[in-house]
Amino acid sequence: MPAKAMPATEGAAAADSSSATMTVPAPRPSVIPGGTLYRGNEGMWSWVLHRITGVAIYFFLLVHILDTALVRVSPEAYNAVIGAYKTPLMGIAELGLVAAVVFHAFNGLRIILVDFWGVGTRHQKAMFYIVIALSVVVMAAFTPRHLISVFGG
Amino acid sequence: MTTTDVSQLDAPRSPHARTRRGINLEKWGWIYMRVSGVILVVLIFGHLFVNLVLGDGVSQIDFAFVAGKLSDPFWQWYDFFLLWFALIHGSNGMRTIINDYVSAPRVRTILLGALASSAAVLLILGTLVIFTFDPCPAGADPALVASFCGDLS
Repeated sequence: MPAKAMPATEGAAAADSSSATMTVPAPRPSVIPGGTLYRGNEGMWSWVLHRITGVAIYFFLLVHILDTALVRVSPEAYNAVIGAYKTPLMGIAELGLVAAVVFHAFNGLRIILVDFWGVGTRHQKAMFYIVIALSVVVMAAFTPRHLISVFGG
Repeated sequence: MTTTDVSQLDAPRSPHARTRRGINLEKWGWIYMRVSGVILVVLIFGHLFVNLVLGDGVSQIDFAFVAGKLSDPFWQWYDFFLLWFALIHGSNGMRTIINDYVSAPRVRTILLGALASSAAVLLILGTLVIFTFDPCPAGADPALVASFCGDLS
């Protein structure tokens, strides 16, 4: 369609029906708080933490399968690499790894209860705090035992 | 996603939703995450307890320790199920995350291909290591292998 220039100021008012562009009403302001789908409640944080811990555990698993495969190479090769797991820095990183595994395990069971337990959705917030509490208890038991192994004799 | 033929779409207010025939792989992936998740809670907690809590913790882990475990069929099969359940669970979780965040079809195909092929390689490698492992490799340093190896020629 050959576009004849229209004076912009008169465009809408002097609309010739064949060439006028359709005016679109301005979108209504978003009713989502903060303009985001992320609500910042327990359900969101359990989802975020489940993803982050899951990705972290996945990449550790890749490395862990490869380092364990060194038993097929030689005792020296395996011992050299596994020695890295016994250094203080890695010993502390292992606490983070075990904490990620423990949270992911308990929160995974919470997700299963939300999915299959009749009143699971109603108790999802309470179950999130139980997941946190259980994770803290397990880590409180595991941390001293592991640090003694890493730093002790 | 392929483009949908307009004639395939349900008319507005169709009395019945059109159901897809065949196996719903997404549903089985969803079920797999929950079933394998419960199994993995048991297997991984057992794995961490035996390796990091019992005995001398992380400082006990060396070639001889692994050889002692992997010369026992119980631990061979334990590690076999741990490997397969964990890596497929982790890869399926990563698949969900790639599908969530990668919208460019080519990049997504490349990432999903890399994910699937790395999982296949590690499953085969890990399974071979578990079942072809020799706890007393010929010519190995006697100080590094398990005490039951005896004379090595």
